[in-house]
Amino acid sequence: MKTRLALVMFVVLMVGTAGSASAQAGGELRFCLHSEPKTFNPLLAQDEASESIRYLTGGVLVRLNRQTQQLEPELATAWKISDQGKTISFHLRENLRFSDGTPFSADDVAYTVKQLMDPALHSPVGDEFRSGTGNVQTRVVKKNQIVVTFPAPVSGMDKLFDQVAIMSAQSPKKEMAVLGPYYVAENKAGAYLLLRRNPNYWKHDASGRQLPYVETVRVDIQQNRDIEMLRLTRGEIDFINSIDAEYYDKLVSTHTAIANDAGVSLDSEQMWFNQVPGSPLPAYKKAWFTSTNFRRAISESINRADLSRIAFRGHARPAVGPISPGNKFWFNANLQPHPFDQRSALQRLSQDGLRLNSGVLRDRDGHAVEFSIITNAGNKYRERMATMIQQDLAGIGIKVNVVTLDFPSLIERITRTYDYEACLLGLMNNDLDPNSQMNVWLSSSDNHQWNPAQKTPATAWEAEIDKVMRAQAASLDVKTRKKLVDRLQEIVWQEEPFIYLVNKDALSAVSPSLRNAHPVVLNPQVYWNIDQLSLGNEMARNR
Amino acid sequence: MSRIAKLAAKVVILVLLGGLAGAILVRVAPGFGTDEAEMDSRLNSESIRALRQSNQDQVGFFSFYLHYLGNLLRGDLGISRTLQRPVSQLLRERFPETLKLVGFGLGLGWAFGVSLAIATIMVRAQLLDLATGLLVGVLLCLPASVLALLFVLARLPAQLLLAVVILPKVYRYSRNLLASSSELPHVLTARAKGLSEWRVLCWHIFPIVAPQFIALAGVCLSIAFTAAIPVEALCDIPGIGQLAWKAAMGRDVSLLVNLTILVTLITVVGNSASDMMKRSPSWEAA
Amino acid sequence: MKWLRAAAMSLLVVVTVASLVPQLLSGASYARQFRDLPDSPPSRQHLLGTDDLGRDRLSRLLYGTRVSLLLAPAAALLTTALAAFIGGIAGFEGGRLEKIIMGATDLFLSLPWLFLLITVRAALPLNVSPGASLVITFVLLGCLGWAGAARVICAAARSIAGSDFILLARASGDGGFRMLWRHLLPNLRPIVLAQFWLAVPAFILTEANLGVLGLGVSEPLPSWGSLLKDLGTFSGMPGSPWRFAPLILFIVVVSSFHFVLSTEELPA
Repeated sequence: MKTRLALVMFVVLMVGTAGSASAQAGGELRFCLHSEPKTFNPLLAQDEASESIRYLTGGVLVRLNRQTQQLEPELATAWKISDQGKTISFHLRENLRFSDGTPFSADDVAYTVKQLMDPALHSPVGDEFRSGTGNVQTRVVKKNQIVVTFPAPVSGMDKLFDQVAIMSAQSPKKEMAVLGPYYVAENKAGAYLLLRRNPNYWKHDASGRQLPYVETVRVDIQQNRDIEMLRLTRGEIDFINSIDAEYYDKLVSTHTAIANDAGVSLDSEQMWFNQVPGSPLPAYKKAWFTSTNFRRAISESINRADLSRIAFRGHARPAVGPISPGNKFWFNANLQPHPFDQRSALQRLSQDGLRLNSGVLRDRDGHAVEFSIITNAGNKYRERMATMIQQDLAGIGIKVNVVTLDFPSLIERITRTYDYEACLLGLMNNDLDPNSQMNVWLSSSDNHQWNPAQKTPATAWEAEIDKVMRAQAASLDVKTRKKLVDRLQEIVWQEEPFIYLVNKDALSAVSPSLRNAHPVVLNPQVYWNIDQLSLGNEMARNR
Repeated sequence: MSRIAKLAAKVVILVLLGGLAGAILVRVAPGFGTDEAEMDSRLNSESIRALRQSNQDQVGFFSFYLHYLGNLLRGDLGISRTLQRPVSQLLRERFPETLKLVGFGLGLGWAFGVSLAIATIMVRAQLLDLATGLLVGVLLCLPASVLALLFVLARLPAQLLLAVVILPKVYRYSRNLLASSSELPHVLTARAKGLSEWRVLCWHIFPIVAPQFIALAGVCLSIAFTAAIPVEALCDIPGIGQLAWKAAMGRDVSLLVNLTILVTLITVVGNSASDMMKRSPSWEAA
Repeated sequence: MKWLRAAAMSLLVVVTVASLVPQLLSGASYARQFRDLPDSPPSRQHLLGTDDLGRDRLSRLLYGTRVSLLLAPAAALLTTALAAFIGGIAGFEGGRLEKIIMGATDLFLSLPWLFLLITVRAALPLNVSPGASLVITFVLLGCLGWAGAARVICAAARSIAGSDFILLARASGDGGFRMLWRHLLPNLRPIVLAQFWLAVPAFILTEANLGVLGLGVSEPLPSWGSLLKDLGTFSGMPGSPWRFAPLILFIVVVSSFHFVLSTEELPA
């Protein structure tokens, strides 16, 4: 009797386990990228598509958990920063292999770091590590232990390794031999990529089953976002990593997929005025744009609440400064968005001799205040914002011309010819650490958009920003850095070199059949835990 | 033989001129030499300058073009800056997709367009003329993005979209040509003598309008390749149309010169072939 | 079908008049943003509802009609005239001149004119008035769209060139421009009209797409093209049929053009 009961229980248990196993294992996950990847070299991945493939295939030493925003061990089981932030040593997992069977060891880490820091490569990730002149030293202590020493302290060094996918020093397949959950099995240029489960992936779930659960990932190249949405509603793809506000609302109203709002993202939309002394603008316009009063007045004349509510359908928040409120630790909570107050704006302008006369704002010499805002064509949110700003500024007698340009023409104007007056663009921020914005805030930098590549800081406040940014990069003490970054935000809030407009929400959409998806704010919003995603029984069987 | 040699020379000259003109247009356009990657805030000044330098390395457009022609003779079409791959490989992968799209779309658009026009003329019912005119009008007015979305909604193949783009032009020209030829004296005489409509069409109308139809066919080939660009871009078909759009937005001069040469070759050969057919003795006698 | 032509003509007149006095039909300015009512359905205050920025759709439709109805046919006329002139001369004269012109036409058809448009935009000041930008856009479109039709017209002109009435005209002493104007062009009318009718909607739609290059209509000025661009989106799918008003008006006007211009009635 007891034996029979045990047998029945055993069978029930086996069937149950088999049932849950088949709900999780196998199948093909499908989603879309909006362009084809330009490179499979993880050290050169810069465009969104290449970075996505890197995330899916690359094995990293440490991983920033996109949900908890804490650093977790990956290929490295432990690490230690020493020598005042110049040295980091890693203890590596043993007996791991690349997807082609090549063994993984500290030599591969040394090889990767050497490639990464090669000045001729100009890797964007490598540039983040470059804190000073000199060579990077790597020392392989043991097969599973390596020490990396930089010439100068690197702020937030350990977190940067989240973006360094380890390459094999020995494999003939070069960057195609990977340590991540998937490898690129097929690439039909311009059409799709097929990624297969890495047979040598080292991770296992709690029950000991090898990850990832999903057998293959098919990534279609789909530029047309409307068609992408249609495909999601039809079940042809399983998620969209980032969706527009209108699509979010449409999905919510039609219940065809799960629309997620993970909260305010790290991205920002901002406009700035051209302050380049050598630009071909007339002197009186340069005088306007270099005046803090003018910029503050413009900022106070823009209704950010309306921009959030109307342009982004309520899926954005008025922005304060360079750090989004979504970046809870680094955001200066003492600061508020500039209020919409056109009376105050006119008072500020009058301090510079600009006065409203028969509905037209004029300067001391009688020039009517008029300027153009350029933005990239095809981005309907920016076009909407620019049109709304046009009406807002008309309220204080300023005529704004909205000019949409294709991106190369726009880049040429803001980086080469400086033939523009105001520009409206956005910053996509994927890094919590403000050090990643170093090249925007240093006055000598080429990305210091309003007045790039200055030989010496043009203003006292820019000199202070230089000092503050260098100090926070050199400091290892988080509290000290926080104080300095708060000060950066105060300066920017006061001087408004960038007029920050809104921070968008992180919106995504997931098919009901996709299991274990927990969309977050940091990229990749949906598939950050790709190795733990699984498809419902029906989906897995049908693919 | 001499006629063919002259034709070949004409094709070569026009193709070379096309490539040069394309290179000039790209080089003088604003945004040439820029790269979206420059806007990456992670890059330091040195990297940005290296990036700019690598995009500016290309010399004046005449030197570039001569260098390109030299490589072309060796079978090297250059490297695409935007996609980081050999242009020859890209064309090999994508040209068949466009060929399928254009072949199907052109064939179907032409077949439907001419058939509708013939039906309108033969039936000679004002109501049919009105209805087809309206249908064609609607198709002309629908933006390509709306058509693409409708096609996806109805799960129709994208090749049909190209047919829908071509059909109105073919129909409109064909209908007008056939209608005006229907009123010629010899056609009226043929009808009065009791000949069937098909016979009148084939023996009396068609020979008159054949040269224009052949010219239209040649032009439609060029229109089809041009129309393939937005169709491929909207429907995400990995053909040379989509490639051309990406190359244009990225100011990829290597890719664009090759594509311009390809399109010029197709256009010139297509139209030259139609010219030769128009000039054939059988048409001239008709 | 005279009644149809009359009806079409009347419709065109009504639409044109409505576009010239939009304030009679819609109290709101085309630019004013009613920010409390974005994307609202039709109401007494806004007969066709409002767009995504709260602007009155009817007002924008009427102002957009003015822009498109005036400029697109003008550009179409320009392109048709160029095609007729170039194709006509080439076909009529024949010989080497025809070969050279048609060779140049083939070259013209093949070039990436997108870059010329981008270059023109770069040459214009950023603060160019919306009206000037618009006129320049349509002139450019008119100058670039003739090549395809020129080929077909050339073939037609060649077949006419050998006709008896042409020989008679020559014998009577006609030549040059007179021959072209009085004898050739009237016989090319079917193709010329087809080209004109095809060009009008094509230019309206192309103008909208030129926004990618910074040309065309700039905010807040509306045009049919910019109003139609919003239709091809997932979020615009059935649920708000009033958004299709510009498309319906566009189809009606283009069809009316067709009926007004169509003189080749089918023989009975």
